[in-house]
Amino acid sequence: MSEELKRTALHEEHLALGARMVPFAGWEMPVQYAGIIEEHRAVRRSAGVFDVGHMAEFRVFGFGAFDFLQRMLTNDLSRISELGQAQYTLLLDDEGHIIDDLIVYHSGDLEYLIIANASNHETDFGWLSARVPADVELVDESARTSLIALQGPEALRIVGELAGEGWEPPSRFTLKEATLDTVPALVARTGYTGEDGVEILTAETNAVQIWRAILSFGEVSPVGLGARDTLRLEMGYPLYGSDMDRTIDPISAGLGWAVPASKSGFIGAEAVARVRESGPATRLVGLTIEGAIPRHGMSVLHEGVEVGKVASGSFSPTLETGIATAYVPAELSELGTRLQVEVRKKTLPATVVKRPFVTSTSLSA
Amino acid sequence: MAHPSDRRYSKDHEWVLVDGDVATIGISDFAQDQLGEVVYVDLPEVGDALTAGDTFGEIESVKSVSELFAPVSGEIVEVNSALDDTPETVNSDPHGAGWMVKIKADNPDEIEALMSAEEYDTFIVEG
Repeated sequence: MSEELKRTALHEEHLALGARMVPFAGWEMPVQYAGIIEEHRAVRRSAGVFDVGHMAEFRVFGFGAFDFLQRMLTNDLSRISELGQAQYTLLLDDEGHIIDDLIVYHSGDLEYLIIANASNHETDFGWLSARVPADVELVDESARTSLIALQGPEALRIVGELAGEGWEPPSRFTLKEATLDTVPALVARTGYTGEDGVEILTAETNAVQIWRAILSFGEVSPVGLGARDTLRLEMGYPLYGSDMDRTIDPISAGLGWAVPASKSGFIGAEAVARVRESGPATRLVGLTIEGAIPRHGMSVLHEGVEVGKVASGSFSPTLETGIATAYVPAELSELGTRLQVEVRKKTLPATVVKRPFVTSTSLSA
Repeated sequence: MAHPSDRRYSKDHEWVLVDGDVATIGISDFAQDQLGEVVYVDLPEVGDALTAGDTFGEIESVKSVSELFAPVSGEIVEVNSALDDTPETVNSDPHGAGWMVKIKADNPDEIEALMSAEEYDTFIVEG
């Protein structure tokens, strides 16, 4: 390989588990262990553990931290005024196009922790660094931080056992400290699978210990990026690079809910307001397709004419059918609209459906 | 990985099992392992003609789709339609219940020209 791929602290663990490794966002990551469908089902039925150490973590601290991030990010930080609270938010450019989607945690007094996509690590940090005021500390914590996700109906019980007696799990979309198997950690009750569960931050030097402690529970399976993608797609969660990129605004992407209309003064606010006013020309919709797997870039047709392309596409192990997202003209975005997807030489019928595609999970219960 | 010696193998990882004048075709254990969990198998119809080296269908897993290449020429006399409902049989039993098509082979020499199990086992290691 001509470029050097980065490796997480758990690299050797993945090899020992027989993982198939692939390049992703400049990292060598496990795409699967036992198999994507098997791992997907393990998360829905029991618990799965994911190495997401490739993701980026930025810490923002100072008296000006709140104002700085209110200007940079779309969502309203005053909604997470209590310590520990988290929210999904977007980083937009001046044209109102999406640079990245993030989770921001109110991790401490005058302090916020941002978890960002590995694929946008340098872009995000560069963007924020160029705009951070002198009295706000912005630190890239990624290199010394490990992130491990534990998701599934059994996940909370397992993390509770690791945390020991007297530790109560945080409520949904909050984080709190824990000592897991003697390791100091931050446990966030967030995730990307649609199941209840946690994302665990620790020092990179403790990643292997935490990973092994979690896998010592027989109910937990190691899960790779392949199943991570099928799990999030079943929930209709967007993936940057697939469902949105630097040409897409939040309204077209269906993410207007992360951009409260009542908030102003953030980068991209005017541009978004204009799209809201006029209505977006295209919208991201969910599609189900029978007979083959829809994949990114395939043509979406209406009455034989191409009207868009597949954004995200995969197989839903829960529904046992193909599912996809696609940008189509707003007038074709109504539920039930019949479209077609060109899958190699065949034209297959597709239907616009509601997301999440799968509605019964341990989170929705 | 030892593949059964009762059949011959192509470079495209298909096997051909002869019984009288009918030849059954499927994909090898090595192929199903490489593909991952199969979710769709796209096969031709009874009566279609296979030409050695041409594609005759597709097999799709979550992460990839592969073409099926005809190892020998012949007319299709039976198709394993059970794979429509249970495509995962290709993974669990690639040499048995995971068979794909049965043909009347045009030319027995084409079958002889394929690899033996031993040759195939060496081929997949050495590439």
